Amino acid sequence: MFQLVGYIVLFPMIGFILNGLLGKKLRSEALIGGIGSGAVGVSFVVCLLIFVEMLGSAPEERLHIISFSQWVTAGSLSVNVAYQVDQLSVLMTLIVTGVGFLIHVYSIGYLHGDPGFWRFFAYLNLFIFMMLNLVLADNFLLMFLGWEGVGLCSYLLIGFWHDRKFETGGYAPGTATTSDAARKAFIVNRIGDFGFLIGMFLIFNTFGSLTFEDVFSRASATISSGDTIIFWITLLLFVGATGKSAQIPLYVWLPDAMAGPTPVSALIHAATMVTAGVYMVARCSVLYALAPITMDIVATIGIATALFAATMGIVQNDIKKILAYSTISQLGYMFLGLGVGAFASGVFHLMTHAFFKALLFLGAGAVIHAMEGEQDIQKMGGLRTYLPKTYKTFLVAALAIAGIPPLSGFFSKDEILWMAYSQGSFVFWILGWIGAGLTAFYIFRLVILTFEGAARWPHQKHPHEAVRTMTVPLIILAVLSVGGGFAGVPEILLGSNAVDRWLEPVYEKANAAMALATEGEAGEFFLMGLSVLIGGAGIYFAWLLYLRRPELSTKLSSVFGRLQKVVLNKYYVDEIYDLIVVRPCVKGSERLLWKFFDAGIIDGAVNGVATLMAYFSNAFRRIQVGVVQGYALAFLLGVVVVLGIMLFR
Amino acid sequence: MVPLPFYLVLSAILFTIGVAGVLTRRNAIIVFLSLELMLNSANLTLVAFSAFLGDATGQVLVFFVIAVAAAEAAVGLAIIIALFRNKQTVNVDEINIMKW
Amino acid sequence: MSLDTVFFSLLALSSVVTALLMVTHRNPVMSLLYLIANFFLLAVLYLTLQAQFIAIIQILVYAGAIMVLFLFVIMLLKLGDEQQIQEKLSVKKVIAGGLCLAMFAELGLAFSISENHASSIVHPRSEELGTVETIGRSLFTRYVFPFEAISVLLLAAIVGAIVLAKKRFH
Repeated sequence: MFQLVGYIVLFPMIGFILNGLLGKKLRSEALIGGIGSGAVGVSFVVCLLIFVEMLGSAPEERLHIISFSQWVTAGSLSVNVAYQVDQLSVLMTLIVTGVGFLIHVYSIGYLHGDPGFWRFFAYLNLFIFMMLNLVLADNFLLMFLGWEGVGLCSYLLIGFWHDRKFETGGYAPGTATTSDAARKAFIVNRIGDFGFLIGMFLIFNTFGSLTFEDVFSRASATISSGDTIIFWITLLLFVGATGKSAQIPLYVWLPDAMAGPTPVSALIHAATMVTAGVYMVARCSVLYALAPITMDIVATIGIATALFAATMGIVQNDIKKILAYSTISQLGYMFLGLGVGAFASGVFHLMTHAFFKALLFLGAGAVIHAMEGEQDIQKMGGLRTYLPKTYKTFLVAALAIAGIPPLSGFFSKDEILWMAYSQGSFVFWILGWIGAGLTAFYIFRLVILTFEGAARWPHQKHPHEAVRTMTVPLIILAVLSVGGGFAGVPEILLGSNAVDRWLEPVYEKANAAMALATEGEAGEFFLMGLSVLIGGAGIYFAWLLYLRRPELSTKLSSVFGRLQKVVLNKYYVDEIYDLIVVRPCVKGSERLLWKFFDAGIIDGAVNGVATLMAYFSNAFRRIQVGVVQGYALAFLLGVVVVLGIMLFR
Repeated sequence: MVPLPFYLVLSAILFTIGVAGVLTRRNAIIVFLSLELMLNSANLTLVAFSAFLGDATGQVLVFFVIAVAAAEAAVGLAIIIALFRNKQTVNVDEINIMKW
Repeated sequence: MSLDTVFFSLLALSSVVTALLMVTHRNPVMSLLYLIANFFLLAVLYLTLQAQFIAIIQILVYAGAIMVLFLFVIMLLKLGDEQQIQEKLSVKKVIAGGLCLAMFAELGLAFSISENHASSIVHPRSEELGTVETIGRSLFTRYVFPFEAISVLLLAAIVGAIVLAKKRFH
């Protein structure tokens, strides 16, 4: 059964080729959408079959490496197109294909009538293909292929409506378009990828191979904890992760990525691509376990990002931007989990987050669809009666992200907070706890301003519930948001903590290198209670400020006006980047590289050679006057020279 | 008997004069005449060597050289006639269509 | 100073003088006449070198046929009288002169340092060296192939001359 892993990757590729080449001619949206969704659906089914087989076999036998062909063989470097099927990659693949399939189906309804319909599905399939390569690869190079590939697809999909105007930092107001946002995403990603690449070089240099199995076994055998080289490798790999997973300092592209269609935001920027960084760190758990300093850095950046983004989420007014900052914040929690050594917890939160964040985005999409493109929540309100299904599913997702039991978000977030306390430090926990409160606050602010209260939109609009292809995925995701948590119920609540058990063999080596605390202490109950408490407090305050006593929120705004302005402008980070990084780069390229180097030296050299040739030719052509006697003179010169050589030898 | 080098030096002198004539004069006919002079100087060398070595081969070669000179003169003069028909001049400096 | 040497010196001097006059004279007809004189002198020189056949051939063919051909062309194109091309001194001529002197110097050097110059003697069979019989025997036995080839060459020359000099077809 494991041999079928090739099909998982193959079908999205086929979908991409079919839709890409023939899509324009196939007029039927149902057919195009069917090909696209069907491809991902088949991949999901195959993955499910593999998963079932894995369940049936013993934990030690669950790792399989299926190799397809040689890829790069150069000197001592040998890399194959090979896929590693183990617990972690199968889990990720299930998430990617499962949630991906639902989003494909949703897109059929969302993109209805768009002239680029076929293009959208082609890109989506290509994205799934790349993402699957990323999570299933058995070596760093193939993973990097997928890594770059998803970056490319992100660019293509963010800029899908390429001429649409979009506000983004660093440009004069009114001139930026979505393609500028797409470009920003790609370039910022690229900076991270540079770090990843250097990390790969160091890995090859140190371990002599790029295959996971080889690198990890050699690492645990030969490297001692805290080595400098491991520190650099893990740090550089993490730089790549910050780029892809939108952590400080490379998160600035994610809010602007909201320029793309909402299904794109749901799939790529909530459930799959941004989790690539988390997956990568989880996969390299062995390496990170041997580099405690980097782990501290990871955790610190994670929690800092989580809090930082949460503060920005409180004041935003664009529905998608709020969700974008929420994503950045939740990714920060995942990295916090990874950074304190709870690799399985980080992945567990990845899974639940995929469910409820995708649901939130798709729901937002339904709202935007109903409001004919309006995205400002200040102009919404009271949509509860008009969009009942959307409202109910959205509410479920909001409760999940706020960490209210027994929904999934509670279990995953709580596990991270507990690990942060027991394996990390008190500071980590308290900051994470505050962040949880902020999370609950901003998400319910969003819910209330959008769905509750009085309608703040003009009467000409007639919002209506979306079509079934859009609402059915919402419902399925809502079910998963509720039930997904039961896979990871910790033991003290009499659960089996399946996720942890499942992933345990993957992290065996890593866990051996660290000293871990055990579960089951009384403190965990206490902290759990505190989490629920702060979640509830967040919800209460949102209700208070926006539903019950709205005048309080206006008063707070005026009191903290200046501060609010700073936060609303994202702490001016974009502007700072622009000043410090972008402008010097552009100016430097222009003056130095372009004018001086390229035009001056290189062009000058080439033109100079040509001019020199012309000069010499000009001088030489005077010999060819066409008069025979001149030629005879040249003859004579030759004769004299030859005679001279013969005589004086 | 006059030693061989004398003949050779005389031949060299005549040859040099012929070369100077070919390179210097602008009248095409005179260039040709100088050319014949050069051929003759070569003939002289051949005959001289033939006498001093006692071998008739040199003189046979002179025979051939004279025949070739005749052929070459015929063709060359035909060219000059054709040239004259086109350009009404035998001044070599004016025959420069094949210049750069 | 033996008679041979005097005779040779006279002939040599005269031939050089006529050659120089030929090269420098403005009128092509006069140049041609000087060249004919040069050929006659060379023919006498050949006689002193026991090349009787060649001497006669030189006069008959070279001076008699080829030079006459030249004269025909000069007269045909009326190059003799009015069209006297002005010769002028130029850098090219100076360079040409210099190179000629250089070449002469080299040739002279070549002849003087060669080893055989003093030791050649005239063989006793010398009078029969250049007779018609000797040359003829050589031509028709050992060198018969070049002999036949020369006839083809002359044919080619005739055809070429006719084709080149003929008036266009209309």
